[in-house]
Amino acid sequence: MQNYSLTDTFIRPFDQGQEIALATSALKVFYDDHEALHGVSLPFERYKITALIGASGSGKSTFLRSLNRMNDTIEGTRVTGSIMYRGVDINSKQVDVYEMRKHIGMVFQRPNPFAKSIYDNITFAPRRFGEHNKEKLDQLVEQSLKDAALWDQVKDDLHQSGLALSGGQQQRLCIARAIAMKPDILLLDEPASALDPISTSTVEDTLLQLKDHYTIIIVTHNMQQAARISDYTAFFYSGTAIEYDETRKIFTRPKIKATEDYVSGHFG
Amino acid sequence: MDPIRAAMLKRSRSAKRERRGKLISLVCISLIVLVVAAIFFFVASRGLATFFDNKVNLWAFLSQSVWSPAVNDAHGNPQVGALPMIVGSFGVTFLSAIVATPFAVGAAIFMTEISPRLGAKILQPVIELLVGIPSVVYGFIGLSVVVPAIRHAFGGTGFGILAGTFVLFVMILPTVTSMTVDALHAVPRYYREASLALGATRWQTISRVVLRAALPGILTGVVFGMARAFGEALAVQMVIGNAALLPHNLISPASTLTSVLTAGIGNTVMGSLENNALWSLALLLLLMSLAFNLVIRWIGKKGEMKR
Repeated sequence: MQNYSLTDTFIRPFDQGQEIALATSALKVFYDDHEALHGVSLPFERYKITALIGASGSGKSTFLRSLNRMNDTIEGTRVTGSIMYRGVDINSKQVDVYEMRKHIGMVFQRPNPFAKSIYDNITFAPRRFGEHNKEKLDQLVEQSLKDAALWDQVKDDLHQSGLALSGGQQQRLCIARAIAMKPDILLLDEPASALDPISTSTVEDTLLQLKDHYTIIIVTHNMQQAARISDYTAFFYSGTAIEYDETRKIFTRPKIKATEDYVSGHFG
Repeated sequence: MDPIRAAMLKRSRSAKRERRGKLISLVCISLIVLVVAAIFFFVASRGLATFFDNKVNLWAFLSQSVWSPAVNDAHGNPQVGALPMIVGSFGVTFLSAIVATPFAVGAAIFMTEISPRLGAKILQPVIELLVGIPSVVYGFIGLSVVVPAIRHAFGGTGFGILAGTFVLFVMILPTVTSMTVDALHAVPRYYREASLALGATRWQTISRVVLRAALPGILTGVVFGMARAFGEALAVQMVIGNAALLPHNLISPASTLTSVLTAGIGNTVMGSLENNALWSLALLLLLMSLAFNLVIRWIGKKGEMKR
């Protein structure tokens, strides 16, 4: 694999009229002394799907996990730089991470429902935040499952274990669980990599529908997936955001050589 | 003949070695099974003699409260009521488990969730050390510290179930703690992440997700601790007072199955009723540890199905 320049980058500028939901600036992540991310500055437009692509170890997952501070839970991790969300730098000590994560939800690579019923999985977070009205919870469960395109398959038995579902259903349950909190932004870390093609396409359809109400940032290894569902794509290489542009442009006329080689399958 | 075919039809050296290995492990496991079966047979044959040879009523053995095998009562019936020891054994076991469990779970949460570094560096070695202390040392400390303290606080002699509970509490704490630690470690990381990513706090994550998922493992640890408490002889014998009387409160001298066994087995003649009655107690102990084992297996199976 040839080495590419890390300074030769292109980050798409956004117009005044475009609403930015979240923007990072000079975001660096250190694992102990190792710098895994070298100052990434990316804005994310509201109600759009942005895909983060790149080879394994390029830092895209690390970047995503920093956005709602999941890296806090890993010992020895340090994140510097700022993440602006609603005019606040959420990468600062004053911010209540628990409150922030209610608005910036995350779905992981591996479907991880709790060993509880479908109903309890979805109501877990709302109940923790004090919602105990049975009627409202029922409604929330139905709406979230419908949004995640799972309602028709599970409505007859909401009290079966979440772990009894198939992999694709489990992942959609996790999406339903995340959107039950009505977050602003949904972060997805390779949500379809453990799924078969049919489940993958259902999850993708779900995401396209969710776009109307949520800002979605998705890490994916699957370039066709990025091309199918995203509006913008950021290409990561070796801890740096090399190119960030409209998805169409990234896949047809990339400006940077590294991007071109990656999307055409010459490395990665 | 084709050399490859010839070689395939002959038993090779590695195949022979594999057979030998299988044979050796089979011999080892058979020996262990044989020893266990022999112990069961021996204890059962002596323990059942009380009921078959000496014609003691099984129900009377389990429910009467006068333990005096050497002397017959006014009607000439042997007095082998094991109820005081049964009550004593279960009393110290359950009480110590009830006291130890919250401490063990709290310590384990600290070691795995709150400060893993401190846990691994300091608490883990401390707990391993606690396991290694011989029971006579625990008993001795109980005798010279716990018993006088209870005498001071509550009056009486200080010997009794309460003293036994305290000593057993310290003795089973490391067992329950380390098994709870293992159970918490076994809860996958993505479980915690799922909960945190939904905005749940660390405490909500621990109490609602991690502890819930680790419950079968924690229960197994508690039952293991109870099995240890039930079978512990020496330390309990040193602090419980050794009076084969039905305990009326926690600070009156009592006894357990094990304490009566260790105190009495050297002073009886093989084949006599006194001796047989002690074997019956031993049989009861053996059956109880079998029961604890079954409970542990049952919890394990139940927990698996929930996942």
